[in-house]
Amino acid sequence: MTKIHVKTNINGDKVEFLADPRETLLDCLRDHIGLTGSKEGCGTGDCGACSCIFDGDLVSSCLVLGVEAEGKSIETIEGMAGEKELHPLQKKFIEMAALQCGFCTPGILIAAKALLDRNNDPTESEVRYWLAGNLCRCTGYDKIIKAVMETARDIRETA
Amino acid sequence: MAKDELAKEFKYIGTRPDRPDGFDKVTGKAKYGADVAAVGMLHGAVLRSPYAHARIKSINFEKAAKLDGVKAIVTRDDFPVGIDGDTLKLLENTIAGEFAYYDGHAIAAVAATSVHIAKEAINEIEVEYEVLPHVIDVDEAIKPEAPVVRENAGDFSVPEGCSPNVASYIEFGIGDINSGFDKADLVKSGRFKTEAAHQGYIEPHACMAQLDHDGQGEMWVCTQGHWYIRQMCASVLGLEASKLCVTPSEIGGGFGGKTTIFIEPLALALSKKSGGRPVKIVMSRAEVLRATGPTASASMDVKIGITKDGYLTSGLVEFRMQGGAFGGSPVSEALQCAFASYNMPAVHHIGYDILANRPRAAAYRAPGSPMAAFAVESLIDEICTDLNLDPIDVRLKNAVKEGDKSSYGPKFKKIGLIETLEATKDHPNYSISLGDNQGRGVAAGYWMNHGGETSVSVSLAEDGSVNVTVGTPDIGGSRASIALMTAETYGIPYNSVRVNIAETGALGFNEPTHGSRATLASGKAVYEAANQTISEMCKRVAKKWQIDPDAVLWDNGYAKPAGPNAGDFSPISIKQIASEMDQTGGPIAGHHEASIRGVGHSFGVHIADVEVDPETGRITVLRYLVAQDAGRAIHPSYVEGQFQGGAVQGIGWALNEEYVYGTDGCLQNAAFLDYRIPVASDLPNIDTVIVEVPNPDHPFGVRGVGETGIAPPLPALANAVAAATNVRLRSLPMSPAKVLKAIKTGSDGC
Repeated sequence: MTKIHVKTNINGDKVEFLADPRETLLDCLRDHIGLTGSKEGCGTGDCGACSCIFDGDLVSSCLVLGVEAEGKSIETIEGMAGEKELHPLQKKFIEMAALQCGFCTPGILIAAKALLDRNNDPTESEVRYWLAGNLCRCTGYDKIIKAVMETARDIRETA
Repeated sequence: MAKDELAKEFKYIGTRPDRPDGFDKVTGKAKYGADVAAVGMLHGAVLRSPYAHARIKSINFEKAAKLDGVKAIVTRDDFPVGIDGDTLKLLENTIAGEFAYYDGHAIAAVAATSVHIAKEAINEIEVEYEVLPHVIDVDEAIKPEAPVVRENAGDFSVPEGCSPNVASYIEFGIGDINSGFDKADLVKSGRFKTEAAHQGYIEPHACMAQLDHDGQGEMWVCTQGHWYIRQMCASVLGLEASKLCVTPSEIGGGFGGKTTIFIEPLALALSKKSGGRPVKIVMSRAEVLRATGPTASASMDVKIGITKDGYLTSGLVEFRMQGGAFGGSPVSEALQCAFASYNMPAVHHIGYDILANRPRAAAYRAPGSPMAAFAVESLIDEICTDLNLDPIDVRLKNAVKEGDKSSYGPKFKKIGLIETLEATKDHPNYSISLGDNQGRGVAAGYWMNHGGETSVSVSLAEDGSVNVTVGTPDIGGSRASIALMTAETYGIPYNSVRVNIAETGALGFNEPTHGSRATLASGKAVYEAANQTISEMCKRVAKKWQIDPDAVLWDNGYAKPAGPNAGDFSPISIKQIASEMDQTGGPIAGHHEASIRGVGHSFGVHIADVEVDPETGRITVLRYLVAQDAGRAIHPSYVEGQFQGGAVQGIGWALNEEYVYGTDGCLQNAAFLDYRIPVASDLPNIDTVIVEVPNPDHPFGVRGVGETGIAPPLPALANAVAAATNVRLRSLPMSPAKVLKAIKTGSDGC
């Protein structure tokens, strides 16, 4: 199938790639740009391991076509840390052992950041429901929820 | 809460430093199975059977082969003949021969220049099937007149007159059970059923393989054990094991399901057929659910006798477990776990390993133990309710302790079941008052743990930092625990240790990260290897000081004179010794290879509080407590993580998860939307108590902690639901529909 030239912006960088129209944004990120931090756990939008920010919206990038990225702005896990240090959520996840195998971690971090960017004082219930689309099979979510809550508290205290 | 009888002072063990691989895993840099590519790489796809049972009359791939971009197609004809025994079962499961045995069974595989072309080619392959009768349910499969899954599948152990689907039979016991039942004031029995559950790792199986015509090859693969992958691939492909180099990727969960082969031999065969080009295969989620894992489904009868003051007098179990089309259900382990928590005068165990037209069962966290716990711990709870006895007190009265002979043979060394029961009894969760439609359930669980073949090396870097090389992939923080034990052994900072997971050529054989063994076994081996290097360092310092090597001791990162008689020398640091290695005899390294013994048996006790909505049957878990004997918690955060993760997998198995088959024998819920594992909003926090009764056979007291936690949730939740509703569910999962029916009709779900 003829490939389509896509111009987009990923983590602040201008990026161009050739997409097969059948390819998802996740395929394009991973296979054409080399950004393999976003993971495919299901390909059907059920697991959240491919979570990305697409023009400000939290999306499952396995449900977005690569060609839809034309002219858009995309944020992935690779763009989450600052130049000098990790994002507070990334630091807290390591500190509080909120990951085991680490496969769901990029998607959960992206989703949690999207929450805290909107609401830095969520209830535990809000965090649990916000992250209900991100499956983790290792941790039982306990430490993930606590890490998000503690990061939110730190953000509020330093704000 | 920690109960520690070794009373050792530790500098690093028991602390909670950042894991060494944390940075890579929060930034997306860590490379998992599907995250690599190679120049000239092809993409593989697998054609799978749409039938539960069929004879494959012909496969025609002419049209598929003509598609532009298709480079190789393999079928069973591309694999060696003359293989038998367990290797034949592995090969049959890897790619079907004359028969497809389950929905999703691999029939053929294609390598092409793109995933799209490979998938297109799969659709162009024409297979002529003769559909055969199938059987799915374990109680149907054991009937003598059931459709036969595979001819002559039963081994020597199967009694005459059994269904041809019985692959093996097992029976063992101790004492006179009938006399035990006679002595009981109450004898109770029940039938229990559990459905198959999938390990549900979020990372689908993925590998990239390359194999030349000279039989040399390499593979990158997400696996719990790359030596197993090497051994199995070599055996089904007729290769020499040492010529295949297998490198483990980071692994996105395994839980036992990534200890065997599925797509790996297909990728190697496709590579060979395409002239040695690298071939990458990544499974879809549907393929993972249809063709890998899951665990067995079970039908179980239990009979228990007890005195009115709560002493167990006798126990009998008959477990029938379906492990897919090739047998291999964990019925033996289930029987071993059934009464392992209790000191009973008489127990008898009977087990059947049964075939059905389902995927070949793979190990799943404490294989067999959750089903056994569901049956036995549920019935003990029924007894406690009937006799109005406290469920923790009854377990304390009968709990096994040091010196007891276990229900399945081995004598227990120092174990911590009593301490764990006491910890739950003392915990505030046990006394919080409950409201309407709420109930509390208690259950214990057991896992024997495993040591296994282990090979490690340790080397001193020129600046005094230490490289540790192990063969157990890090699934949940084992780099951190191994680094902590290494730091403790040398007395050097945690950050001065780097733990690598090596490919198969770098070390001797290693069993996978399974059986709760990575921290236990690799940790013990690293301790031995590190001590070799410490001896060598002491020897070199002794030479420098011109004293006897025995007169030099190692203390906190320094070589020192052993006492005043040894001489008056200033301590020499590991850094200095390292910087002088080339003048004192060359590199300093140690290694250790062993079949690790001395596993510490593991016990856990859980308390679940639930609320049941009488109108919908929905169960809400209000609070949940895991107490478990860790022996020694090397990195307590990751020990808690194992407790919590195991408990939530058990909660999923108890409440939501099941393989749903249609009347055609095909899996109907091969997606995460329908095979619903617990999500964050389903759960409360999972409270933990780490009990520490050190394992006397481990240098740091470690017991494996990974597996036990999945067993108690099944009965703990059923017991809590019974307390909330006065209805006993003896069949999992306790889906809202089943719970509602139980409330309305009193049905136990079986």
